[in-house]
Amino acid sequence: MDLHLDHVTLVYPDGAGTLTAVDDVSLTVAAGMTTALLGPSGAGKSSLLAVAAGLTPPTAGAVLVGDAVVNAPGTRARDAARARLAHVGLVFQQPQLLGSLTALEQLELTAVLRGRRPSSARGRARELLAAVGLEHEERRLPAALSGGQRQRVAIARALMGEPDVLLVDEPTSALDTARGTAVVRLVTTLARERGIATLLVSHDEDTLGDVDARVHLVDGRLTPSLALTGPG
Amino acid sequence: MFLALRDLRHARGRFTLMTVVLVLVTVLVTFLSSLTAGLARASTSAVTDLPADRLAFAEPAGAALSFTGSQVSRAQWQAWGARADVSRAEPLGVATVRASAPGAGGTTEAVTAYGVLPGSRLVPAGRGDDVRAGTVVVSRGAASDLGAGAGDTVDVQGRSLRVAAVAASDAEFSHTPVVWVGLDTWQSFGAHGGEARATGPVATVVALWTSADDTALAAGDAAAGTQTVTLPEARSAVSSFTAENLSLTVMQAFLLAISALVVGAFFTVWTMNRAGDLAVVKALGGSTASLVRDALGQAVLVLVAGVGVGAALAACAAALARDAIPVVLDAATFGVPAALLVALGTVGAAAAVWRIARIDPHAALQAR
Repeated sequence: MDLHLDHVTLVYPDGAGTLTAVDDVSLTVAAGMTTALLGPSGAGKSSLLAVAAGLTPPTAGAVLVGDAVVNAPGTRARDAARARLAHVGLVFQQPQLLGSLTALEQLELTAVLRGRRPSSARGRARELLAAVGLEHEERRLPAALSGGQRQRVAIARALMGEPDVLLVDEPTSALDTARGTAVVRLVTTLARERGIATLLVSHDEDTLGDVDARVHLVDGRLTPSLALTGPG
Repeated sequence: MFLALRDLRHARGRFTLMTVVLVLVTVLVTFLSSLTAGLARASTSAVTDLPADRLAFAEPAGAALSFTGSQVSRAQWQAWGARADVSRAEPLGVATVRASAPGAGGTTEAVTAYGVLPGSRLVPAGRGDDVRAGTVVVSRGAASDLGAGAGDTVDVQGRSLRVAAVAASDAEFSHTPVVWVGLDTWQSFGAHGGEARATGPVATVVALWTSADDTALAAGDAAAGTQTVTLPEARSAVSSFTAENLSLTVMQAFLLAISALVVGAFFTVWTMNRAGDLAVVKALGGSTASLVRDALGQAVLVLVAGVGVGAALAACAAALARDAIPVVLDAATFGVPAALLVALGTVGAAAAVWRIARIDPHAALQAR
């Protein structure tokens, strides 16, 4: 399913006034495609990602996965969380792995959140760890993994729920260019193989050789000539 | 419990420390509970185990009751005995006196002398007929303390009495063992008898066998000038019992409150420490309710383990010390405080983990 951002606006209170973090952004990411969202610090990239993920309701506009509205003004946090479970995989700027869980358990957790027994998801978890090249690290805790390995576990975790949409927030910020490029390649490859619409926030163009499209966000607005992306 | 169990495994040092604290608090609370019950028995078992239904004190309604101050007259005893709704009324004298068994080394011990009528039902195990002029029935504790057995002669408050029988059961009043003597003998011990016995005080209280309701008993009290109470209520008339029991109960209450606060404080810090992880789980789609359930389950596991081990240790200690310390080993003295510790600890933990509801999943997007 495609990801649609339909005239999304996000306004924060800012002292006595307001701050428009995202200003009337419309964007479609087709299934299987990876779109990089670029822009300088403070451009509103993370705010737009938070809206797309349902972590923040927009002030105006809507987020759709396929035809289903998953986030709009007034969407309750509980409903947004359900929509995330059903449709969205998230990869954070830092891997954000839970310190007490092994690599395998990080993935099993997403099954538990969906009301399933961890053992029922073990096969798929191992398959995904193998897909990100960590089949021999499943019993390791995050503290025993390298930065790149942790980020790959985070990517596998995001894919555990078989999401329609993958939202990736600056996954290369803590990695050097070579490892950052490898991580982006891994994301785009997995997204393509699994038909996942992927929006990847980055400020590092050097690592984005494998993405399908790039859009630029400046002062909360998309650069007009690059706003619409899709297959082909 | 997916996260809870793995957190317990990962942070086993911190949780072990917390569990040890709970074990120690539980040992204190349950042992104190056992001691409170044991001291209460040592103070009042000779009152609560009486086969009568009520005791009438020579005090007006509403006045503070005291076995030391009460002196019932023959008229009061007879007034109660004459009532149709009282099947039996017996005078009972209570006085703490000195006793010794000259033949057993001459150790002098404090005992409580119960003065009863010959054939009284107030003497345990039907030994009432053994209480006659010149004889005494001693409780097991008194026999042990005095080193006297049936057939021996003991000196009670200067009167030489033959031990007619040793009661199989124990009876204690204000931490002294009980001996049963004839009412005449009891009256000769001091201020309660002598020349005044024909018209003056005859005993300390009147023991009543009655099924009368409160209204009828109030009428009886008004007519006789007495105050009638149940046996458990009569415990407060034993000097020092109320203060002693209240002090120990307050200590237990404080310990229970402290344990709830300690558990609450631990889980507050623990929840704050893992706020980042919880934000991530929420961002991944975890609901607040499931996270609260998981955290509470973790708290209950720690509480049950700590309290269970603590109660077991205290029970073992009480069993070993029961010959030296008045302790009661039963489900009420160990099970009830243990259940209270778990319940109050869970409340403390609930107050702490409730802050999970305030954790914003948006925080997962921040670098940490």
